Amino acid sequence: MISFKDIVAAVLTVVGVLFVALTIAAGLIWVERRLLAVWQDRYGPNRVGPLGLFQVLADTIKLLAKEDWIPPFADKPVFVIAPAIVMITVLFSFAVLPVARNIVIADLNVGLLYFLAMSSMGVYSIVLGGWASDNKYSLLGALRASAQMISYEVFMGLSLMGVVLVAGSFKLSDVVEWQNRNVWFVLPQFPGFVLFLIAGIAETRRLPFDLPEADSELVAGFHSEYSGMKFGMFFVGEYLGVTLVSALIAVLFFGGWLGPVFGLAGWARTALGIVWLLVKTFLFIGFFILLRAALPRPRFDQLMSWGWKWMLPLALANLLVTGAVVMTMSK
Amino acid sequence: MLNLYGPVLIFFALAAVFPLATLGLAKLVRPKFTPTPDKVMPYECGITPESDARGRYTVRFYIIAILFVIFDVETIFLFPWAVLFRTPELFYLVEMLVFLGILIVGYIWLWRRGALDWV
Repeated sequence: MISFKDIVAAVLTVVGVLFVALTIAAGLIWVERRLLAVWQDRYGPNRVGPLGLFQVLADTIKLLAKEDWIPPFADKPVFVIAPAIVMITVLFSFAVLPVARNIVIADLNVGLLYFLAMSSMGVYSIVLGGWASDNKYSLLGALRASAQMISYEVFMGLSLMGVVLVAGSFKLSDVVEWQNRNVWFVLPQFPGFVLFLIAGIAETRRLPFDLPEADSELVAGFHSEYSGMKFGMFFVGEYLGVTLVSALIAVLFFGGWLGPVFGLAGWARTALGIVWLLVKTFLFIGFFILLRAALPRPRFDQLMSWGWKWMLPLALANLLVTGAVVMTMSK
Repeated sequence: MLNLYGPVLIFFALAAVFPLATLGLAKLVRPKFTPTPDKVMPYECGITPESDARGRYTVRFYIIAILFVIFDVETIFLFPWAVLFRTPELFYLVEMLVFLGILIVGYIWLWRRGALDWV
């Protein structure tokens, strides 16, 4: 039977995760611009509020107050629904993310599959948005995005198979508990970690894999025709994706909420676990931004060949080697 | 069941309401759209558009789509195998090697035919 206490706990977790995820995603607009500025030896946004922190608020107000432009030549319902899809699918993925021991919205036994399914849905918003815009740049960007995302999706699943095989479960909390008993997965599954990181960057369409947007050739690609809050949603959706992939890397390969506990117990220990997860997540978000500052964009044919000719065989090899090692170790 | 999926449903509802509410809020705040001839043109960096955007595109995109179907189904078959590997026996590994072997023959064929090369 479901008690009143369970319902309160569930609602609190849901609201908490939603609030934190959206706050981080919005905050990243400021974090990314400031960090890029540091690495490019300039100031970045530092005028609105202390350290420019209110820049996020100012941007939101500006986006809300923008004239809304729905192209008369566009497919209107699809055009409006596409930016909502990108946010909704990424937000849904947060449902299986374990934030601390026993604190998770739903500890599904198909957790990883659920995440992979949701991340594949993200491609719909890009394709529908680009197609509905009826703009040459948008359509080309959308086609590129879908080709890139489905190519990298294939080995994104494969790169996680090593973890699943060793931990013996799709449940994300089981994966963390395995790391608690043994060692963080980044050591035994280092190739899997690198492959998942690359696939994650491609799935979130971040630089150096931002060919669907490619400002210099496709003028923002699939969202050329978007303005106002609809554009803002593509923007926030991208940052939500970065947050999600970073958090998942932390959970799957860097022990999630695990870390020094300083002899704490009870709720203080749980809170410390959440802090550890946030610290690890922010390290990877920082890495994502550093990549954007440091790397040039490859050509599209290079991107596709890397995916199919290097990443896919490597992911398969990683899986087979892991299988062989697990078998010999258990003998 | 409800214990596990109940919170997911609450989360779905809230997560779906958020973007829709934002779009609704924007509708209340923003100024009315005033069309001008230049505004209602597809954006092509200031050049007058020549033809409809939905023209013909390179066949490469379709080939990639077909490859995706083949290899993604392959990963779907690998998922249950990876979970059931908890009681490892040589037979399981060989079984998977045979399955992958057939696929890898196809993969090499695709590579040699140039299906993985762009342009």
